[in-house]
Amino acid sequence: MCTTCGCSDDATPRIDGVHQHLHEHTHDHSHGEITHSHAHSHVHDHDHVHDHDHDHDHGHTATRSILKLEEDILAKNNLIAAENRGFFAGRKVLAINLVSSPGSGKTSLLEETIRSLSAKKAIAVIEGDQETENDAQRIRATGVKVVQINTGSGCHLEADSVAVAIKKVDPEQGSIVFIENVGNLVCPALFDLGEAAKVAMLSVTEGEDKPLKYPHMFRAATALIINKIDLLPYLKFDLEKCKENALRVNPALRIFCLSAQMQVGMDAWCDWLIDRSK
Amino acid sequence: MHELSITKNIVAIVNERAKGRKVVRVQLEIGKLSAIVPESIRFCFDVCAKDTCLSGAKLEITEIWPIGRCHSCHQDFSLDLVNAQCPCGSRQFECITGQEMKIKEMEVE
Repeated sequence: MCTTCGCSDDATPRIDGVHQHLHEHTHDHSHGEITHSHAHSHVHDHDHVHDHDHDHDHGHTATRSILKLEEDILAKNNLIAAENRGFFAGRKVLAINLVSSPGSGKTSLLEETIRSLSAKKAIAVIEGDQETENDAQRIRATGVKVVQINTGSGCHLEADSVAVAIKKVDPEQGSIVFIENVGNLVCPALFDLGEAAKVAMLSVTEGEDKPLKYPHMFRAATALIINKIDLLPYLKFDLEKCKENALRVNPALRIFCLSAQMQVGMDAWCDWLIDRSK
Repeated sequence: MHELSITKNIVAIVNERAKGRKVVRVQLEIGKLSAIVPESIRFCFDVCAKDTCLSGAKLEITEIWPIGRCHSCHQDFSLDLVNAQCPCGSRQFECITGQEMKIKEMEVE
């Protein structure tokens, strides 16, 4: 339960352990004899950013009317994502949204990428997990700035909690910001966070048909990392078939094969990042 | 289960536009490439609409089939989600429909 307002909603994100208010609150306003109910969306970063939009229609008619909306269902998320994108552009920051199943090695990849690049580039990390600070602690040990978002029961990051985290992590001019999404190959495909590119990752201990099973994510990605290739001699994983499957879903996908833990194949990936952050 | 948060978005947008009037029908357009399962939206809709002006509203979902426009032969073709290729063999194309996630219209009393 939310300790600030009493709402029972365990899907509410926490940033570095601090509860964020991204709830819908309904307020009743009385206007003479007529009572209207309004739903307001509040983004409370404990410095209270409220978006109050009161638009009252006092016309009362019993006839039915059709309102053409043509409105994107994720318009609110997309608007905040566009603001995040503007923030990144203003600081010439390259923002990467890293997505994969749990356990494919996202945090290990970030640890090794930071070790390879930290002499050349300032790096900051936003960690997304349902619970725990474990990943943020691993990243903090490398010496870069990190903010942890805990989504509770939420299965993906959304642009509003990332907006709060970006301001907290305060990335340097010209830096790279990695947003490590919640381990999930489905929902994060839908939600724009304001990143320059989504990078999908899978490891060779998963099936080579994963791009065909979860095509939305591989279609939404700009690049694909196939991790843990040092394990190939012990597995029946067909690397060429996996690449072929990924390209069937998304012919424009840039593919990197590497082992973050054994530091194999990291150069091409790091060069790609440096190239994009210029 | 992102359809629950998607459905909450739909209800919030429609509720805001309804300005207190009773909503009798909501029409959505959902593209086949959008990673949204219409059945799950229907499942969540009644729960999310409860105690709002959308309570009891009819939900209509139009599914949009994906169409690609080939950069080589300039023809439009029906796009296969797991084999993104024009019948002419080219893989250079743009997706012109199929990614919709839209509230098309609503009917109020």
